[in-house]
Amino acid sequence: MSIVGKSEIRVDAFDKATGRTKYYEDRMPQGALYVRIKHSEIAHGFVKSVDTSEAEKIKGVVKVLTCFDAPEIDFPTAGHPWSMDPEHQDVADRRLLNTHVRYWGDDVAVVIAEDEVAAMQGVRALKVEYEPLPFVLDVQKAMEPGAPVLHDNYPDNILKHTSVRKGNYAEAIKEPGLIKVEGWYDTPTVQHCHIENHGCFAYEENGRITVVSSTQIPHIVRRVVGQAIGRPWADIQIIKPYIGGGFGNKQDALYEPLCAWCCMQVGGRPVRIDCSREETFVSNRVRHAIRFHITSWIRPDDSMAARKVDLDSNQGAYASHGHSIVAKAMGSFPQLYPCDNMECDAYTVYTNIPAAGAMRGYGMPQASFANDSNIEECAHAVGMDPVEYRNKYIMPQGYFDGFSKNCNYYDSHRECLAKGKELIGYDEKVKEFAKDSGPIRRGIGCASFWYNTAVWPIALETSSNRMLLNLDGTVTMQCGETEIGQGADTAFAQMAAEAIGLKSYKDVHVVSCQDTDTTPTGLGAYASRQTYVAGFSIRQTAELLKQKIFAYANKLTRQSEHNMEIVDGVVVRKNDGKPLITLKELAMTAQYNPADSEHITAESTFTIKNNAYSFGCTFAEVEVDIPMCRVTVKNIVNVHDCGSLINPALAEAQVHGGMSMAIGYGMSEQLLFDQKTGRPLNNNLLDYKLSTVMDHPDLQAAFIENPEPTSEFGTKALGEPPACSGAPAIRNAIYNATGVALHKLPMNPHNLFAAFTEAGLIHDEWQEG
Amino acid sequence: MAQYKLVKFTLNGKEVEKMVDVRASLTDMLRNDYHLTSVKKGCEVGECGACNVLIDGEAFNSCIYLAVWADGKNIRTLESLQGPDGSLADIQQAFMEESAIQCGFCTPGFIMTAVEILETKKLYSRDELRKLLSGHLCRCTGYENILNAVEKTMKRRLGIPVE
Repeated sequence: MSIVGKSEIRVDAFDKATGRTKYYEDRMPQGALYVRIKHSEIAHGFVKSVDTSEAEKIKGVVKVLTCFDAPEIDFPTAGHPWSMDPEHQDVADRRLLNTHVRYWGDDVAVVIAEDEVAAMQGVRALKVEYEPLPFVLDVQKAMEPGAPVLHDNYPDNILKHTSVRKGNYAEAIKEPGLIKVEGWYDTPTVQHCHIENHGCFAYEENGRITVVSSTQIPHIVRRVVGQAIGRPWADIQIIKPYIGGGFGNKQDALYEPLCAWCCMQVGGRPVRIDCSREETFVSNRVRHAIRFHITSWIRPDDSMAARKVDLDSNQGAYASHGHSIVAKAMGSFPQLYPCDNMECDAYTVYTNIPAAGAMRGYGMPQASFANDSNIEECAHAVGMDPVEYRNKYIMPQGYFDGFSKNCNYYDSHRECLAKGKELIGYDEKVKEFAKDSGPIRRGIGCASFWYNTAVWPIALETSSNRMLLNLDGTVTMQCGETEIGQGADTAFAQMAAEAIGLKSYKDVHVVSCQDTDTTPTGLGAYASRQTYVAGFSIRQTAELLKQKIFAYANKLTRQSEHNMEIVDGVVVRKNDGKPLITLKELAMTAQYNPADSEHITAESTFTIKNNAYSFGCTFAEVEVDIPMCRVTVKNIVNVHDCGSLINPALAEAQVHGGMSMAIGYGMSEQLLFDQKTGRPLNNNLLDYKLSTVMDHPDLQAAFIENPEPTSEFGTKALGEPPACSGAPAIRNAIYNATGVALHKLPMNPHNLFAAFTEAGLIHDEWQEG
Repeated sequence: MAQYKLVKFTLNGKEVEKMVDVRASLTDMLRNDYHLTSVKKGCEVGECGACNVLIDGEAFNSCIYLAVWADGKNIRTLESLQGPDGSLADIQQAFMEESAIQCGFCTPGFIMTAVEILETKKLYSRDELRKLLSGHLCRCTGYENILNAVEKTMKRRLGIPVE
């Protein structure tokens, strides 16, 4: 009876290996009209007029709609559950089309046409007259007095400011003999780069609007579409087919509201919006660039007396997920390396760059870079081995957080560090690399991270599930939690088969595609929550299903329903294991019994009032070619304590993907903007440097399986954590190789040249030598 | 405005012909006229490799290859690998077994380049395989298991033991 914990093949692997899996574009209705968007070509200003006359003359153009036609309804887009408390609702600062454009790429008008070419020609033929306004791209400049204001109700551009105060920082730093370790840590704007761009189509049926969308969060998108177009939420049906990755970008309402509205403007005919790669980079969402300033005060005995952390988060033009990201980043500081006296301040600030939203890690890749870079410098300052330093000061076993009620039940951090050390051959390599002194130097570095699995108690955590006993004894299951590539459906099938007592995970048919008309309400893929939260509703619904099965079996077998269990798809008498009836026989009899027919189903909702810590670390080994300002990652290992593994092979694959994203974040990725105009400079996959298979060493993933006590299946977060600690581990490896403490991502030759030059490492002797 | 031209070619082993818009890409034609859903659109400018197909045995990004150029060519998409009885090719099986598939969007393109590699019947080092596969972007897998799937299939076909 152990279906969980096995490396089963994904339930969707066959269809994906044959190319017949249907993504939104593969479900396109015949004759859907093409919607193309006219994006702003200034970073900030007002649209004075849009001349549509030339566009309307183009053959095939059906309708042109501009920002002057769009409803004046402000709506929020973040993929958060609705809050009944107005104070906790997301900021509604978005419109379908904008007269006040706030970034280069903002949405001004749309052309709806019978074919793609006409739609594109129509967009090109629009003449937009702007009144340009001054703009600001930098987070700190946006907070200065007199900076251009993006939203009138936020005159200082500060969307939100929150703080953490612990002990007395001001007093603590007066202690004599303290060593000050201070630095700026700057993280870039990056994009999710799922290989399938976001797209959707909408049509009307029976007076309601259906939107089929590449989204992670169908039920939340239904609410946002209703809000945006001013229709009751129940008037909207969202269908989520298979999607080609999301990574948080699709944890936002993107173009579904605009698509639904365009559909209404052409009498309910089907319309499609397909983002190009260039649009995906700029007019969807990006990761928050967060600038940190950290001051740590270390005692001569190497303990930390006090710490101050300032976090300035570049929100871009619209609130999207807003302050929640930097708030989570800030929340990690007092917990990961606890210190008695702390002062942290986080600001989320509007600027004229694309809107930042959720992205894998939700503030933690940024926080981990800043925190573990500074911790590495602290270790150097007191002359201690960086791993030993972490072992001494990282969150101890038994640590309890009063807010989330999370507990570090095991000694997760130290166990992960020990395993990582062993796997990368830390001790031997540190000794060996210390001998390097020429232009090529090797180094090894590590970084840890902090993560929460779910969002309770900040927001609602709920999971609903429906199970149906099929006539062949298998079970069909509908979950509110979505498959976005991570393998969720397979994990759910394994968990359900185990909970019910089926023979194999293949006996559970997971209805992969959510449809808000028929799927039990769920919140979708985010926060690395799904395996954890779905576990509760799967277990509960399986129990209900079993009760119904046992009740019917009692009628057929005379045996007590309390003396039954299901083993490999057979109802057996618990006391002696005697087989009573197969599920197939039971289901057939129940369905077709003329005297007592029953369609056996179960459905339930579980409200989760728990959360769980999920921890781990990265060890990286690098070779630095100093004169060439080039870093090669030679080895990299991630170790995770994500609790019990449901499917070890898929868990490992998930870690590989996160490590790859972390390497890109550390080494090459950055969305650049022209400082003079605010125009994005590299919003394509050629100029934006996503890692290829040549940019990685082999990726090694390892696990410490400490079962999470609050979880039905012992699991905790795994989706996002692998993306968190890779960049700082590489950064610390470079630091240990060269003595140069980098303070800016990505660590590409451009940034390395500046840092190495400042450190006096770039000189002619290399060439002579 | 649009001009149409008759394009005759071999598609997945079958002679086909259709009038196509001369402005259409091979991706458009394969998806829209022949309903081959394995041909994916990730960038439409030859950067990501999701639309990769084999043209006379050579891997091409079909998004930057005009449909009319297909005339007289032998074109194979991922759909060609599945046997008439629905059975899978060894490389498809390997992608499944090695957990090399996640969201599945880059998968068809990768597999078709793998087919090109495997058909050379040569033994490549892991680094050589990296270079040969580097025209494809994947955001889910970190490439690790994709590389394993291709390497193992290559070795199996060459009779080299794999662990």
